Order: sequence, then C-alpha cells, then structure tokens
Amino acid sequence: MAGTITLRKSAAGTPVRLATGESTAVRWLLIGISLTFLTLFLFLPLAAVFVEAFRKGVGAYLQSFNDPAAYAAIRLTLLVTAIALPLNLVFGLAASWAIGKFEFRGKQLLITLIDLPFAVSPVISGLIYVLLYGIHGWFGPWLAERGIQVIFAVPGIVLATIFVTFPFIAREVIPLMQEQGTEEEQAAITLGASGWQTFFRVTLPNVKWAVLYGVILCNARAMGEFGAVSVVSGHIRGKTNTMPLHVEILYNEYNFVAAFAVASLLALLALVTLVLKSLIEWRTRVQHDQEEPS
Amino acid sequence: MAIRIKQPSVLPGFGLTLGYTIFYLSVIVLIPLSAMFIRAGSLGLGELWEVITSPRVLAAYKLTFGASLVGALLNAVFGFLVAWVLVRYTFPGKRIVDAAVDLPFAMPTAVSGIALVAVYSPSGWIGRYLEPLGIKAAYTPLGVTIALTFIGLPFVVRTLQPALEDLEAEVEEAAASLGATRWQTLRYVIIPTVLPAMLTGFTLAFARAVGEYGSVVFISGNLPMKTEIVPLLIITKLEQYDYAGATALGATMLVISFAILLTINVLQWWSTRHKRGA
Repeated sequence: MAGTITLRKSAAGTPVRLATGESTAVRWLLIGISLTFLTLFLFLPLAAVFVEAFRKGVGAYLQSFNDPAAYAAIRLTLLVTAIALPLNLVFGLAASWAIGKFEFRGKQLLITLIDLPFAVSPVISGLIYVLLYGIHGWFGPWLAERGIQVIFAVPGIVLATIFVTFPFIAREVIPLMQEQGTEEEQAAITLGASGWQTFFRVTLPNVKWAVLYGVILCNARAMGEFGAVSVVSGHIRGKTNTMPLHVEILYNEYNFVAAFAVASLLALLALVTLVLKSLIEWRTRVQHDQEEPS
Repeated sequence: MAIRIKQPSVLPGFGLTLGYTIFYLSVIVLIPLSAMFIRAGSLGLGELWEVITSPRVLAAYKLTFGASLVGALLNAVFGFLVAWVLVRYTFPGKRIVDAAVDLPFAMPTAVSGIALVAVYSPSGWIGRYLEPLGIKAAYTPLGVTIALTFIGLPFVVRTLQPALEDLEAEVEEAAASLGATRWQTLRYVIIPTVLPAMLTGFTLAFARAVGEYGSVVFISGNLPMKTEIVPLLIITKLEQYDYAGATALGATMLVISFAILLTINVLQWWSTRHKRGA
C-alpha cells in the first residue's frame, strides 16, 4: 500500500520525461476529455438536482416541505434505516469474527453467499419477498389470518432494505479482520480477558474505520433504495412511501419543484457520504504510511 | 465428529458468530432467493419458455442487454481514460474529481433518474441542443444507454485505478529504451497488463446495468416493445398480479446475473494467477 502511494506521489511531483510520459499538450487533452465526460455524466445531473429544486425560488423550495406526506416519507426513511442499519451491523461484525478469526471448511463459499445480494437486481430483491409474504405467497395466507401485513407495509420495506444493504458492512470488515490475524486476540485471551472484552477492547478498535466506512455506505443505500422498496411498498401516500418513492410520486404528478426539493435532500446525503468516505480513505492511508514508512 | 470442520483455536465465539451468520444469511437471502427458484420450477418448462420468449419480453431483453453492453463499453474506454488521468496527472480539483467518481454509487437511483431527465430531455440542459441536431436522448434507447453508462462508471474506474498504480515504471522505461513509441508502449505493454482489471470492471458495470431500475425508468419513457427494460417489465407483471410471469422473468434474470458473477470470479482467479506467473 505504502509503495503504491509513493509511486503516485513521485509520478505526480517530478517533471515527466517524454519517454515514459506524455507531452503537456497530450496530457491536457486527455484531462479535458475526461472532465468533459464526467461533466456530461456526473456533474451536470448533480447540478440539475439543485437548480431544478430552486427554479421557483427559495420560498417555493421551502414550501415543498410544508407537506405532511413529505414529512411522513422522511420519517419512514429514517425509521427503516434505523432498523436495517443496526441489524446489518451486528451481522457484519458476527460474520467477520467467524470468517476473519477462524479457519473452517466452506469459508470461501460463505463469503460468496454474503456478496450475493450485490448480484441481484433491486427489483428482484423486492420480488422475492412478495413471493414469500405477499397474499399469494408462501406465508401470505398464514400471515393474513393473523392480521399481519408484511407486503405493502413497513415490514416489507424493512426486509427489502436489509436485503439490498446486506453485504455492505460485512464486506468492508471481513478482509481487514482476515488480514490482522489473531495474535492480538490470543494475547488478550491468554492474559485473562473474556471473549467480549477481547472483542470490544482489542478487535473493534483495530477495525473501527472499516466498520464506519461500511456503516456510511450502508446508510446511504438504505436511505436511497428505490427499486426493491418500490416493489414491496404499495405506494400508499403518507404511509408506505419512503423519500425516493415520494420523489417518484411528486415527479409523476408534474410537481417538479417539490420532487427536486425532496431529491435535493437525498443528493445532499450522497454528497455528505462521499465526503466522509474520502476522509476515511485519507485517514486509513495516512495510518498505513505511518505504520510502514517508506 | 468424523470430519473436523474447524481448526482448533483459543478464541471463543466461533459457534455463536458462525451460527448467527448462517441463520441471518438464510432468513434474509438464501430462503427468499430459493423460494423464487422453486416457484419458477413449479411453472413447468413449457410455461416458462412461453413467458421468456414472448415478443414483449424478448424486446425488453434486447434493450436491457444491448444498452448495458454499450454502456459498459463506453465505460471501459472513458473509465480507462479517467482512471489514467487520475493516477498519472495532476490538475486543479483532482481530489474532488476523484471523490465524485463514486457519485453514481452514493446517489439514490431515483434522484439520478430525474436528474438525467432534467439534463437530457428535449427541453433539458443538453437535450435542447441535441434536439435541433435530430438526436432524441430521453425516452429512447439512447436515454436508457445514458442512464446505464452513468450507473456503471465507478466500477471501471475503481477497478482500474489500483491496477494502473501497480504498474512498474521499469517496464515502461524498458519499452521506451527498446525504441517503442508512447503509443506502442500503451498498446503492447500497459493495456495488456491492466486488461484483467479492465475486464473485471467492464463485467461489474455490465452486471449492475442489467439489473438497474431507478435511474432508467424516468429517462426511458417505458414504451412496451421500444424502451421497456426487463426490471420494469417484472414490476408491470407484478402489478397485474401475473406472479408466474414475474417469477419466470426474475429467475431467468438471476441465472444470467449469477453467470456474470461467476465470470468475474474466474477473471479474478485468472488475473491473480497471471500476476503470480509474471
């Protein structure tokens, strides 16, 4: 890790020789093409969200939030995230402890299965729960008899959200725990620490940045998930609409300012996520450099 | 115990954590996914075949895979360029650009969807200049391709960046001292070395694009036979209570996704072996 960073620094810092670099003109041409491409595909759409939200002024923007349905959508999104995130956090820590600290058969298969939700289309992530808990699903009639509604209700939205964010924390923490080995934990146990003490005082501090990184990504996806939630939500205004679904409804009603206003909150969340993500990446890089000075 | 599953360790908690992992994985992922396959299996081959070969479904497959392929190819080319520029050159705002590459990951897909319409619709920021040229971006297959390119970009850039950083300067110097032009070095030395990473990124972008829903539905216009993607067709079938049709489509899509995932794993295995051999 440290080596590659040094390479990057020297490549950037020293004047480039033509034999193994490009002339200034070519360099700026390539930078120009890249930036044009990124502007067309990334920066313009991002700017469009905020410009469209404020198209009719700050007053109209703020007025968009003076709507009980918008509040209900924000509340539901926060609620769903507040359930899905801790569950996936506990799972991520349990999975990484089992996989990172022990050797057992079938480990590679288990890691592949944990990554599985990433390969599944969001729409299918919703569909599978409809097939299980919907009225025509396996458990549907049984649940209906007891008056429990999962699909087109909050539990279905929570399940679909858990599914799409399932691997986020686990996949950040597992490789790190594997890399760090078990020496420190063995020492702690030998010195008389209990399993929980070892985990909270030795293991967790070592992986805290990876955990935080996973939590941030998991949070962004949980709040922003659209496809999977759309399938199981039933789109009941004020009841089962999360923020992204509320954006869709407003947009389809040609209420563009309100749609982009709610969207701007989600875009802001995305930006904060990117900043935090970059900060953590920068921090771990600095830490790495300090540990292995080059 | 005839077969020892776990190697001995002094650390506690193996049974608890592995047990919980498998339980949670089963409840959330494995049981629901297998439920879909069991239901698709109970349809019978005839019915399954009928669903997945109806003209409307075939048109949706053609659009989904075609647009995903074009998007992934665009990303392979421009993603390489972006990764190259970010690894090799310095320019003002580089760190912001580097962080912004992840925007399609972080941005909720519905937000990306309506934002892309605002930019590419006939009255949009760029769309209004394309319209006089006779190019209709939004509500056409081109619009679908634009959305799928947007969504796939980070995959290619993020898999190529470390590969480009790992390139050893000596190899390029050797090529140059043997009389290779810069272009020849790129063509015969650099690209072959980062090809496994490029293919992995391409495949990841393609896989993501095939299943994508949120960023596409707004810009596509959703005309059956013309601009309807497979994930939308699944939702349409669900809304019409055609559970059999939705299941059949979902199961075939998933089989294809798994095949793609398998390809990625083979590619990664191939590239690590490649590296070790070198």
